[in-house]
Amino acid sequence: MSEILKLHNMLCSKEISAKELTQKYLSAIKSLNPDLNAYIKISEDEALISADIIDRKIAGSEDIDLLSGIPMTLKDNISTKGNDTTCCSKILEGYKPIYDATAWQRLKSKGAVHLGKTNMDEFAMGCTTETSVYGSSKNPYNKNFVAGGSSGGTASAVSANLAVYGIGSDTGGSVRQPASFCGCVGLKPTYGAVSRYGLIAYASSLDTVGVLAGNVADTAVVFDRIAGFDPMDSTSRPDFSPCAFDFLDKDIKGRKIGVPQELIDRADEDVKYQVLKAIKIFEDMGCVVEFFSMPSLITALPAYYIIACAEASSNLGRYDGVRYGLKAECFESIHQMICKTRSENFGDEVKKRIMLGTFVLSEGYYDKYYAKAQHLRQELKAQFKKVFERYDALVTPTSPKTAFRLCEVEENKEGSFNADLCTVSANLGGLPAVSLPCGKDSRGLPVGLQIIGDKFMENRILNLAKKFEESRGEFGLKDMGVRFDV
Amino acid sequence: MYKLTSGFETHVELKTNTKIFCSCSNGFGSAPNTKCCPVCIGLPGALPRLNKQVVEFAVKAGLALNCKINNLSYMDRKNYSYPDLPKAYQISQFDVPLCYDGFVELSDGKKIGITRIHIEEDAGKLIHNDEDILIDYNRAGVPLIEIVSEPNIESVEEAKEFAEKLQLIMRYTGVSDCKMQEGSMRCDVNISVSESESLGTRTEIKNMNSIANIRKAMEYEVKRQTEILKSGGKVIQETLGFDEKSGTTYSMRTKEDANDYRFFREPDLLPIHISHEDIEKIRRTIPELPHKKLKRYVADFGIDKKDAELLVKYPRVASFFEEAAYGIKSSKKVANFILGVIFAFLKSETLKEEFDLKISPESLRELVLLTDSGKLNVSKAKLTLEQMLLSGKRAEELLNDDDLRGFDDDSLLSLCQKAIEVNPKTVADYKGGKDKAIMALVGFVMRESKGRADAGKAKEKLIEII
Ligand SMILES: [Zn+2]
Repeated sequence: MSEILKLHNMLCSKEISAKELTQKYLSAIKSLNPDLNAYIKISEDEALISADIIDRKIAGSEDIDLLSGIPMTLKDNISTKGNDTTCCSKILEGYKPIYDATAWQRLKSKGAVHLGKTNMDEFAMGCTTETSVYGSSKNPYNKNFVAGGSSGGTASAVSANLAVYGIGSDTGGSVRQPASFCGCVGLKPTYGAVSRYGLIAYASSLDTVGVLAGNVADTAVVFDRIAGFDPMDSTSRPDFSPCAFDFLDKDIKGRKIGVPQELIDRADEDVKYQVLKAIKIFEDMGCVVEFFSMPSLITALPAYYIIACAEASSNLGRYDGVRYGLKAECFESIHQMICKTRSENFGDEVKKRIMLGTFVLSEGYYDKYYAKAQHLRQELKAQFKKVFERYDALVTPTSPKTAFRLCEVEENKEGSFNADLCTVSANLGGLPAVSLPCGKDSRGLPVGLQIIGDKFMENRILNLAKKFEESRGEFGLKDMGVRFDV
Repeated sequence: MYKLTSGFETHVELKTNTKIFCSCSNGFGSAPNTKCCPVCIGLPGALPRLNKQVVEFAVKAGLALNCKINNLSYMDRKNYSYPDLPKAYQISQFDVPLCYDGFVELSDGKKIGITRIHIEEDAGKLIHNDEDILIDYNRAGVPLIEIVSEPNIESVEEAKEFAEKLQLIMRYTGVSDCKMQEGSMRCDVNISVSESESLGTRTEIKNMNSIANIRKAMEYEVKRQTEILKSGGKVIQETLGFDEKSGTTYSMRTKEDANDYRFFREPDLLPIHISHEDIEKIRRTIPELPHKKLKRYVADFGIDKKDAELLVKYPRVASFFEEAAYGIKSSKKVANFILGVIFAFLKSETLKEEFDLKISPESLRELVLLTDSGKLNVSKAKLTLEQMLLSGKRAEELLNDDDLRGFDDDSLLSLCQKAIEVNPKTVADYKGGKDKAIMALVGFVMRESKGRADAGKAKEKLIEII
């Protein structure tokens, strides 16, 4: 059941005012956030003002959008005019953009109520939010576990009902993996479906602006409103007009689903069990399921890290202390100022990726690493093209594992890189993919199911996701945050 | 015998309405940081969008320099860190430029090859101010083309002519003002000297801001390198600056501290596709270029090559000339008025370049037609033109009926007789062998006729009578 639709009806029938609704969320945040660390900044005044505007519209019997008055959150790398946007990095401390990101601007124009910025790994580099300068967010299912990352704060907030939905970013799984860890829905749209304008870049050819929400229908409602051509982003597709919501209830009988054996094999037992059970549900709903092999999904991981770090090394060069953000205090030359600013204010993970990216692009190593990675990416894209001639969608685990224990990743580096194994391919291929909960592991932590579609086929994957959600039954935390039980 | 080999890398600012990746206006001279936006100062999350006019201008420049055009080219990132470069990378073109394989033909028929032309963005400007360093980002994102020549320039003379031709062709196409003193054209000159067929080690002199300096710097550098080689030394591959005051070059950096630019495709922009139709459409917008104009002026108008070169040297002069000479038999006379009277009036190069006159080409045409019809003699016409240039008035507004009546032979005869009667001493001087004395008599006739008499005719008549 769509939470947004339910709240919209409540607002329209004046069962609750937008202000009351917002206040409920704000007070829930105040009580739960100290434990969860999902929000890093709460925009109370701004939220109440937006809510008030909607209340006046309702009072004046004006038509309002489905998203009008609905409280939501933005990941800290989505630019908000006049409001701190720091990528949870020290280097952007105090930075207030002079413009709104397109995705946020579109939601704002629909009357969205922004509760505040949510936590993330520094510059979206990480899978636990533990690289955030604000410390890690916690998993609402068990606070000894991470919320995932990099959009971990957003996922934690949505899952704990501290926001109806959130806008995150997904470069290698940063929306889907935390959604999977926290038991909510996370959509990574096709590259070019949602404008990247105002999303602070990590890896430009992989970055996408995505949606996190409690259910598939809400995800579709939000996606439909942020997607579509933006002249400010040259890579956004000119002729795309989204209508995922209208497709949600289409019959899925006869849909062909491919399951890449490689990703099933590499998943933990608990994850594998839940995913196979989910696949059975699709079969029961009349889908044709076929297991197949696609080895390039495995080589995608190193290719992803090389490309992402290369682009990051270039994208993050601008943080030199000259125009915005923090600047080193004492220096004797311009060169030293830049060096000190960057050394003092970037975290270790960011420095590591900048150095790695600089290395793979440098003379003498370019062909060996960057060119090779690009080659693998082209190969992967060619294979995806063939695969989608055979299948309507691919179904995989979202992550081979469920949520990590806090600090677990720091102790075991390799494990964290593998956490992206199932998600990076969609970014390299520019494909849409959605993660939704399909069960829990033996510790009670959510397991995520990923559905990958062909380019601009958000309609189709959300349709499958919605049907699965109906068969699966209720999921989510009912005793946390703001709930309205009808 | 040491032989010089040189190649040019020339940056030309394009005169598009807006910057290359944003809609900020593109123009010289505004208060610092007033022509900036999130895109051109590289704010986090801002994205570039390619200005179509930049591509059109660059293709136009390429076609005018006889280049081939790539139907598919790419933008790339050139990474380096400097405070005037807001994103810490310059968006440029690396391996697949927009234009390639062209040439500039020198007056002796030699062709200097153009290896490639690519489009890129300019950086901001550092302003050193006592203790602080300030930055003006107005220039950040101004569109540039970089024109890379083949290293087949073999003398300082060739280099000078190449730079002049390049500048002139760019001005004719209208893609740039190419004002070197304002930095809208900047040349990096590569130089090596060698005794043998194989090339010597080259040095690069950066950012030359006038053709005169290119010449001085090259002459100095050739001498410097030759002396090193003669004394058995080795030229170091390095980047040099040119010090105008001392007329010498100095080292800025050596090859060892050269940047590794880590080029890679710009992921924020799409590849540039240009169809054959688009290229042809742009080709049709290229006006007649200077070398063709020159030939035509000499062949069709009978203008001396030297004069024709002067007219062609300034695109605005050429177009003024052509309009003024339209439908007139005596194009040569029009050229003489421009090169004589108007050029004397516009003293500096800049004034000639701008050619901002109060009179229209039609006014000059009217004046020339008056002399053609015999109503006005040439010397009076020249005086009139001077007044026209000052006042902006038309010839007929400045001349009265008397002026326009012309001056018949009888009147000339009687004035000449009067001159001889009134100036017996001068006549005696002339007869005594002082040839120049006749001019004093001519002057008398001119004064008496208020300039309406023809000086040439008066001189003839006076000699005849005496
Ligand atoms: Zn701008």
